[in-house]
Amino acid sequence: MKFISEYKNREIAKILLEKIEKTLKNKWIIMEICGSQTHTILENGIDTLLPENLILVHGPGCPVCVTPIEIIDIAYNLSLREDVILCSYGDMLRVPGTYGSLLDAKAKGANIKMVYSSIDAIKIAISNPFKKVVFFAIGFETTTPMNAKAIEIAYEKNINNFYVLISQVRVPPAIEAILNSPYCEINGFLAPGHVCTVMGYKEYEPIAEKYKVPIVVTGFEPIDLLEGIYLLVKALEEKRYEVINQYKRSVKREGNLKAKEQIFKIFEIGDMKWRGIGVIPKSGFVLKKEYKRFDAINLINEKYFSKENEICIGAEILQGKKKPFDCPAYKKICTPENPLGALMVSNEGACAAYYKYGK
Amino acid sequence: MCLGIPGKVLEIYEKDGILMGKVLFGNVKREVCLSFTPDVKIGDYVIVHVGFSISIVDEKEAMEIFKTFSEIDEVYK
Repeated sequence: MKFISEYKNREIAKILLEKIEKTLKNKWIIMEICGSQTHTILENGIDTLLPENLILVHGPGCPVCVTPIEIIDIAYNLSLREDVILCSYGDMLRVPGTYGSLLDAKAKGANIKMVYSSIDAIKIAISNPFKKVVFFAIGFETTTPMNAKAIEIAYEKNINNFYVLISQVRVPPAIEAILNSPYCEINGFLAPGHVCTVMGYKEYEPIAEKYKVPIVVTGFEPIDLLEGIYLLVKALEEKRYEVINQYKRSVKREGNLKAKEQIFKIFEIGDMKWRGIGVIPKSGFVLKKEYKRFDAINLINEKYFSKENEICIGAEILQGKKKPFDCPAYKKICTPENPLGALMVSNEGACAAYYKYGK
Repeated sequence: MCLGIPGKVLEIYEKDGILMGKVLFGNVKREVCLSFTPDVKIGDYVIVHVGFSISIVDEKEAMEIFKTFSEIDEVYK
């Protein structure tokens, strides 16, 4: 496929690896934020090809992994109600909550529909006027404009049986939370290319300057990752603490203005809880006052009891403090078929990536 | 989740007041909402995330890395 296959070119990969080796003088620890990038790195063995002095740690950029267990438990309980149809992206269905996953709820008779796009959920609401249709609106900045678009359509067309269960998070406050940890050893970041396609990268510039960490906005194919790593190493060795754009074919400094306008029409910035990390101030998008009637939280009167699995160390893995093989459950009782935590479920979770690519 | 796949825009039209289009990914054709890339033209490549285009691929920038490396190749020859 055009704009994918060219970026898997072996010869260019070799040249980039040589350039990384030649440029690297010191020991550096770098974090790729996005789970899709973690998968590209492991799938192509990039981690095994890099010099020993360059250590890659994996970040929290997996929306499925950071959606709090309390929200999953609400989705589970809502889906079992007879008056509710729950619409979700496929990735969320297998994530374990306190009571089980959404697939477990479906096995118990819950009306759960997997959707490809937020617009599909709107269509389901229109064709089921006597049901409350709840769209599980999760995601990072990349997915937030699409969630906003669905709410805008529901508002304009008066679709009053449409609701959203929201867990939408922002990358820059998470980077700052990681950097503010007293145990943080990370020297530089690869920023997620599609989040920055929507938001641009102006927000990252004060972070790079304040914490003295170069940040390279990076794409998702092997050549993108290698070029991103090369640019990051070069900036680190030259002590340039700035934002560099590797993924220029999609990312502009100001981002996608239309998509940003759509986000801020419906949402405002608010505090958000991240699974495994806790509440990070101003790290999420919440409904503006005039759209609060679409909040699925309005449908529940009770508080559900939520409890995390005690063995899973997903929280530390999400923050780059530990690797999947440090977990006592990894590969033993926790597998993609029987996941204890979200990181073993998602296509972007670090544990699933390690398992799939034989670590 | 933040997966974005590049595809070629084959048709552009309005449906219920929303800018939509048909986009070709390899040999699979899908309907995509184009409202976040209103300047899109037929033949452009767009990056598509959960059924919406989020950018028009800048073809000049996309070729930059190959141009740089073909120049390096020339030097080595």
